[in-house]
Amino acid sequence: MEQVIGRLLQTGVVLASIVVILGGTLLLARHGAEASAFSVFRGDASPLRSVRAALAGAVRGDPRAIVQFGLVLLIATPVARVALTLAAFAAQRDRLYIAMTALVLILLLFGLFS
Amino acid sequence: MSLALFALLVAAGSFGAGLLGAVTGLGGGIVVVPMLTVLFHVDIRYAIGASLVSVIATSSGAASAYVREGYTNVRIGIFLEVATTVGALVGAALANVVPTSALAILFGLVLLYSAYRSLRGDSATADVPPPDPLGERLRLNGSYPEAPGRIPYVVHRVRLGFGVMLFAGILSALLGIGSGVVKVLAMDRAMRLPFKVSTTTSNFMIGVTAAASAGVYLHRGYIDPSIAFPVMLGVLAGAVLGARLLAAADAVWLRRIFTAVVCVLAVEMLYKGLTRGV
Repeated sequence: MEQVIGRLLQTGVVLASIVVILGGTLLLARHGAEASAFSVFRGDASPLRSVRAALAGAVRGDPRAIVQFGLVLLIATPVARVALTLAAFAAQRDRLYIAMTALVLILLLFGLFS
Repeated sequence: MSLALFALLVAAGSFGAGLLGAVTGLGGGIVVVPMLTVLFHVDIRYAIGASLVSVIATSSGAASAYVREGYTNVRIGIFLEVATTVGALVGAALANVVPTSALAILFGLVLLYSAYRSLRGDSATADVPPPDPLGERLRLNGSYPEAPGRIPYVVHRVRLGFGVMLFAGILSALLGIGSGVVKVLAMDRAMRLPFKVSTTTSNFMIGVTAAASAGVYLHRGYIDPSIAFPVMLGVLAGAVLGARLLAAADAVWLRRIFTAVVCVLAVEMLYKGLTRGV
């Protein structure tokens, strides 16, 4: 169990890093010479504000969306870890911890997809 | 400044933050937000989004090693994650109504407290509270590896630990930090867990706590790929190298340097917050 959780966390981080490095390299190659302006918050206008938008953009090959998709993979890593823990408690028929882990998982999915 | 230069400088700064954070055990996340806002004039919301992402990367990376060594108490982790994830969602909701200048002031205070804790070191008091029967009922008690066998331990003051964790979750979401300082406070001081168990279990939980608010912030546009990618890669690379250096480095001096940096950033954040410069 511990071995599997450890492996999952490691795989998630490595996979996310590879996607982010790939997207970041493309991003700098294409937009590196543009001016950086982050002192004013314009986040509400960003098109990459959902898991679906990041994935759709990444499939199209948009560098910003590829980075964002890598970041989504990273955010999903602890969520997957909780899901795996839930499966482990379910296998042990540990009702109390099934309930607690399910609650944490629901809260995480609520944050990610609401 | 061009985006390429910006990314390079931010990555370098984040690398230093991750390195010192890993070597001193304070975590790099705590200096990323002040670095981005004070040095690079990045809006604090973008800084919080980028920092949370880097917190997930480093905690998951480190936790993967600790879990396999058998120090992490998964039951305690899940039990307290109920508190930290609820706290994180509350914090993310609060972030909508709290003015950014107040966030900067709160950040300055947390930085000062972290510096104080880091300098004061561990001075656990002698009076140990009685074991909490709730710990028995929730089956939180465990054991950790220590040659030649495993050392058993019991948990204390479960409710207090849970309450402090709720606060840790709120703080993590509001400021974009791992709030490892508060988590270890809850597990070391309140619940009296052995040091190795509390630090590794705290690390195990930090990623989940940060993921709860990072999900919400993704929808609010706090996570901008152009800022988040150099921060994430820089902090992660720094933390990986820092963990390797841990045995060789002179931790006392590094801790002093890092604490000094934290103090300077604390003053800057307080100044920015009080003059409404954020």
